[in-house]
Amino acid sequence: MQYFMSLNPLTLFRALPGSIAQGMIWGIMALGVYITFRLLDFADLTVDGSIATGAAVSVMLIRGGVSPLVSLLIAFLAGMAAGLVTGLLNTLLGIPGILASILTQISLYSVNLIIMGKSNQPVSVDNYPLVVSLRYVTDNAVGRAVFFVGMLCFLLALVALLYWYFGTEQGHAIRATGCNGNMARAQGINTNFIKVLALMISNGLVGLCGGMYAQFQGAADVGMGRGAIVIGLAAVIIGEVLFGRFASKRKFAFAYTLLAVICGAVIYYMVYQFVLWLKMPSEHMKLFSAIVVTIFLAIPYLQEKRSMKKGVARQ
Amino acid sequence: MSYALEIKDVHKVFNRGTINEKVALDGVNLNLNPGDFVTIIGGNGAGKSTTLNAVAGVWPVDSGQIIIDGTDITGLPEHKRAAYLGRVFQDPMTGTAATMDIEENMALAYRRGERRLLRWGVSRAERSLFREKLMTLGLGLEERMTSKVGLLSGGQRQAITLLMASLKQPKLLLLDEHTAALDPKTAAKVLEISDKIISENHLTAMMVTHNMRDAIAHGNRLVMMHEGRVIYDVSGEEKKNLHVKELLAKFEEASGGEFANDRMILA
Repeated sequence: MQYFMSLNPLTLFRALPGSIAQGMIWGIMALGVYITFRLLDFADLTVDGSIATGAAVSVMLIRGGVSPLVSLLIAFLAGMAAGLVTGLLNTLLGIPGILASILTQISLYSVNLIIMGKSNQPVSVDNYPLVVSLRYVTDNAVGRAVFFVGMLCFLLALVALLYWYFGTEQGHAIRATGCNGNMARAQGINTNFIKVLALMISNGLVGLCGGMYAQFQGAADVGMGRGAIVIGLAAVIIGEVLFGRFASKRKFAFAYTLLAVICGAVIYYMVYQFVLWLKMPSEHMKLFSAIVVTIFLAIPYLQEKRSMKKGVARQ
Repeated sequence: MSYALEIKDVHKVFNRGTINEKVALDGVNLNLNPGDFVTIIGGNGAGKSTTLNAVAGVWPVDSGQIIIDGTDITGLPEHKRAAYLGRVFQDPMTGTAATMDIEENMALAYRRGERRLLRWGVSRAERSLFREKLMTLGLGLEERMTSKVGLLSGGQRQAITLLMASLKQPKLLLLDEHTAALDPKTAAKVLEISDKIISENHLTAMMVTHNMRDAIAHGNRLVMMHEGRVIYDVSGEEKKNLHVKELLAKFEEASGGEFANDRMILA
């Protein structure tokens, strides 16, 4: 009883805009994960490293006097470079995809430390005109409105851009490669090149997300990417489970799917906030995320197994 | 005039130096004239599909040469050879991308051998072309152009794959037991479509089959393989007058009295 008395709904309400903003930023990363995990059918663990790379690059450039906006562009490019490495390890050296991405991820940990010089580097909104910051959300109503409208416009533009890209010949080639490599090669698609390309685009988005998230929280940390892939997968899966039926079978279905993935990230962080509000220790959240992802990944498999059993029973 | 396809003394050994070593191609020689429709038969492990895969470049050959229409393609990777080839596979799942629409699959095939840049994946003009082509199949698929190919039956998928293989005129069409996974009625329909597409587009084609009757009924030339070599090559009138019984006898004779496998007898 005392426990429930200690929970204040107002604190939850006040924290809500912050967690929605956080979810929107991680939505960019979730789009990257969607590209590799769903479209390319490649479990890419590079993201745990490349998100921190984006953060490190952005923060160090801003501290060095580069405009925060330009630093995000370079964070995007840095992410692409990480994707390139994973892609080449996989296609040029024949290392299995998941292992190739782990190798990149591990080496990025050192690379990120080299970029930052130490494990944590702050970048304060007081000293730099950051593109996004938690301060904008919490300061006043006008700032909050500007932030959310701006963020929403950016995300919609990003979805529009991806929708267009995956409707082009090159986008089709990525989808074909992910769906059926044999078919893609028989149609003259260089599946190795396409894999590298898709990994670069995906990790570019992840790097961009890292840069934005570092600015948002006011620091880059070498450990900030730990378990990022699980959050990305959680966002993809939550989006698909909750909005999948809504998104499919209509015009622009793919755009709706991408939006659903972003919503998945927002919902993830709202639930996250809620669970923290229930006074669950924040260190336990990774366990919580992993369990959520496990459940949702297992559901389709178990459903299929069950329907197969039923089918056998009927005969 | 050059041959449409020249296979010169091609060798391929799988798992060399291991206990699973298998001589798959043991000096295959075969020349196809433009317009030839060759059916290839032989027992399991005779090297029929392996020959097609060698031409398609699924893996590099150990030695020998493969020349298409005067161009040596022996050193080219699979995706570059695709510019010359139309391919249909045994498994209906292999030839198409299940999660993509019918029209998207066709558009992918329509760009075979071209650079893929940032133009639209399917243009409006292409849509109407694809619709016309689909109508010729007579399967009603022209009404389902934005359906995912994964929702179609095996026969429908093979029919679309055939169409895709011929959308962009290939120098050579490779049919790798493309009716083996279908029920007899569907298989007959797909064979009929194959014949039609090959004759209408004047294609040079190779068709691997287990079915002796099909091998005799289709094409203008018949090749029998055994243990990685071509052991019998018949065309023209002689092929037209062939019967399953003779073919079986030929096979037993060539293979040194070894009994033809069950699948071939039943066929």
